[in-house]
Amino acid sequence: MTATIDEAPASAVPEIPSFEVTLKVRRYSPESEHGEEAYWDEFTVTAHGTDRVLDALHKIKWEHDGSVTFRRSCAHGICGSDAMRINGRNRLACKTLLKDVNPDKPILVEPIKGLPVIKDLVVDMEPFFASYREIMPFLITTGNQPSGERRQSAEQRERFDDTTKCILCAACTSSCPVFWTDGQYFGPAAIVNAHRFIFDSRDEGAEQRLEILNDKEGVWRCRTTFNCTEACPRGIEVTKAIQEVKRAMITRAF
Amino acid sequence: MQTHQYDVVIVGAGGAGMRAALEASGEVRTAVISKLYPTRSHTGAAQGGMCAALANVEEDNWEWHTFDTVKGGDYLVDQDAAEIMAKEAIDAVLDLERMGLPFNRTPEGKIDQRRFGGHTRNHGEAAVRRSCYAADRTGHMILQTLYQNCVKQDVEFFNEFYVLDLIVDHDLSAGHVPDGEEVNATGVVAYDLATGEIHIFQAKAIIFATGGAGKIYKTTSNAHTLTGDGMALALRRGFPLEDMEFFQFHPTGLAGLGILLSEAARGEGGILRNGDGERFMERYAPTIKDLAPRDIVARSMANEVREGRGAGPNKDYVLLDLTHLEPAHIDAKLPDITEFARTYLGIEPYTEPVPVYPTAHYAMGGIPTNVDAEVLRNNTDVVRGLYAAGEVACVSVHGSNRLGTNSLLDINVFGKRAGRTAAAYAKTATFRDLPEDAADSVIATLDEMRGRPNGERVSDIRRELQETMDANAQVFRTEDSLRTCLADIRTLQDRYKNVSVQDKGRLFNTDLLEALELGFLLDIAEVVVIGALNRKESRGGHFREDFPDRDDEKFMLHTMAYRRPLDDSATVESVDGTEGVFSEQSVFDTYKVMLGGKSVVQTRYEPMERKY
Repeated sequence: MTATIDEAPASAVPEIPSFEVTLKVRRYSPESEHGEEAYWDEFTVTAHGTDRVLDALHKIKWEHDGSVTFRRSCAHGICGSDAMRINGRNRLACKTLLKDVNPDKPILVEPIKGLPVIKDLVVDMEPFFASYREIMPFLITTGNQPSGERRQSAEQRERFDDTTKCILCAACTSSCPVFWTDGQYFGPAAIVNAHRFIFDSRDEGAEQRLEILNDKEGVWRCRTTFNCTEACPRGIEVTKAIQEVKRAMITRAF
Repeated sequence: MQTHQYDVVIVGAGGAGMRAALEASGEVRTAVISKLYPTRSHTGAAQGGMCAALANVEEDNWEWHTFDTVKGGDYLVDQDAAEIMAKEAIDAVLDLERMGLPFNRTPEGKIDQRRFGGHTRNHGEAAVRRSCYAADRTGHMILQTLYQNCVKQDVEFFNEFYVLDLIVDHDLSAGHVPDGEEVNATGVVAYDLATGEIHIFQAKAIIFATGGAGKIYKTTSNAHTLTGDGMALALRRGFPLEDMEFFQFHPTGLAGLGILLSEAARGEGGILRNGDGERFMERYAPTIKDLAPRDIVARSMANEVREGRGAGPNKDYVLLDLTHLEPAHIDAKLPDITEFARTYLGIEPYTEPVPVYPTAHYAMGGIPTNVDAEVLRNNTDVVRGLYAAGEVACVSVHGSNRLGTNSLLDINVFGKRAGRTAAAYAKTATFRDLPEDAADSVIATLDEMRGRPNGERVSDIRRELQETMDANAQVFRTEDSLRTCLADIRTLQDRYKNVSVQDKGRLFNTDLLEALELGFLLDIAEVVVIGALNRKESRGGHFREDFPDRDDEKFMLHTMAYRRPLDDSATVESVDGTEGVFSEQSVFDTYKVMLGGKSVVQTRYEPMERKY
């Protein structure tokens, strides 16, 4: 044996004792005996102080029921795989500490709303990405490429900083009541990504994007309920970005 | 079962895969197969930056960058490859800027640059500002920008498809194929997660860009999905893996969790302190202190802890101190990582130091390639139609220890090269017939695993693997610890034969895929440990307490690990004068792992003692 630390360093925060937590997971598994009926399944697991909802879901999958299905990858809030409804609010499971969502009561875990459920907590993301692709989410320029880098002042860069943080997790779009009732609406995430380019001083495609978003399913459908801003795990001021896009549409100033 | 035909098939949609796709898809019919949606790839978790000698803020040049890379890798770097990377870095950054990447800017509006570990002015004089960055989410911005340009270019993706086999016309794992004989990669077998259906992709050229294997360890900055798939598939087909014993432990993982806190924190002025409050890096690297390369900092931290100078109630971590920095500066330059500290540990980095400990971060080794990203099947022969780039590959630009930022650079430079060479090759090549039974073994494996009523649980075997790797093959290693680890792996490999899954369904069966990924992890861990046992020296990320010095006479060589059938009497290639050095062999079941050696390419720089 080496002098290597045999156990991983213990939790660094003041110790929070282990606790029991119950998760009520919304399940949909057309291959199972439940068929096309969605149902609730309840699991109780032991959690530790800094455990997140994702840790509890892993415990369920790894120790209780391997068929419980959800997406996840990075497990620290940057890949955007594990957006889900936790106690009725859209959150990333990997960024939501159990102790912060009242573990004394069963924690409700459901798939995000407004997108077709494939299995358990997994939804079909294609409609979401289709809206994203539609707003031309890439830098549009004309003329020759510059020999070096394009110049941009720190202030110009700052103008769209907030919306570059988007990880396309769909927490915002699937929290939007307009999106729930009308699947055709572009949704906040697509508008956020349009914002990211419309306000980029290097971009020359703003007019085209604004035309696309001027559509009947575009920005005007937004009813400013702020659900999206509350849902964003990256802290993007989504509603503000949508308002800025609306204003740009009227003033054509960006 | 469905079959497809593409000129170029790219496996993996992280930075390297998408950078390759941008080159290839404009030229030839190209498909990208990815086990995740592209924007979920772990490139997005990279934080600090991408180095290139733009000299935007102070004097710099690519030759200094090359030197730093070679020295940082403890001279096991192939210097021709490092030179290419440092030269092409400049265009790689400009490419990304023109694609739209929102870099932070200087007052003049140029791309801003900051300091990073091991990157120095004039061969080690002092830290240099070389890292181009976008706050502390540079990898996120690279991944987004590449994906955006893939959307622009209408690149075809097969998302949530798992490649489970590589089809070749000569199976080296089945028996000896003489050196020089032509071996062609002809396709891949993939599994569609959503439906459970098998897809065969016939291709003229295949690029592996599947990323790393950090999940062989328990404490890691890596995503759950980084299970060494591409490396293991190559190994199983008889292709070598190079330098797998070199695994990087990033110094600043959040203690207990392993979540990465970028080196940019130290680049921006953060300081590491032990439990006594001492800035201990002054003792280990007097010149560049906290900005020494990662292997040195990680070892220094582990050493502080084992000598009783750790912090916290159990004295089992050290502290990353940002409290002397202006909160506004922290917010502007390090917003994400400070949020990680707040979210996961409840620590406020403005006023409290953050508990950190090394976390398994990056595989320096991988599938050997030449500088055109062509995969090698021994020291000289390339596999026709097979390419690799990014963490899955070993060019080798990182040698025994990668410098911070050079991974984002690697994926861009060699991703681009892979895309170009693969497309050029595909234009001249023809499709080769696939065997009728190309998918049979994959289907049999899946059916068997799904059909086994009950047996070993995936999570038990995986946890035990990760625990033994953390305990025995981490920052410090010895013959004893590694023998223990290999014995543990053998036991787990035996148990794996009886692994079973609870989800027997076809739709979105992640239970089944975790079982397959565990198989990859075991294969990779085995090769890491055998390589580490053989390398009786300490170099870069590989530190043997029983052989604490670098031994250039015996070990200035790349390790080439091969899996061969037990009855294969052919030897693997070694290098003149090194007979007997790479003698470690390990037999398991139906195969043995054999180690060969490959020369290190040295051009400009003579190996020197590595001091900072």
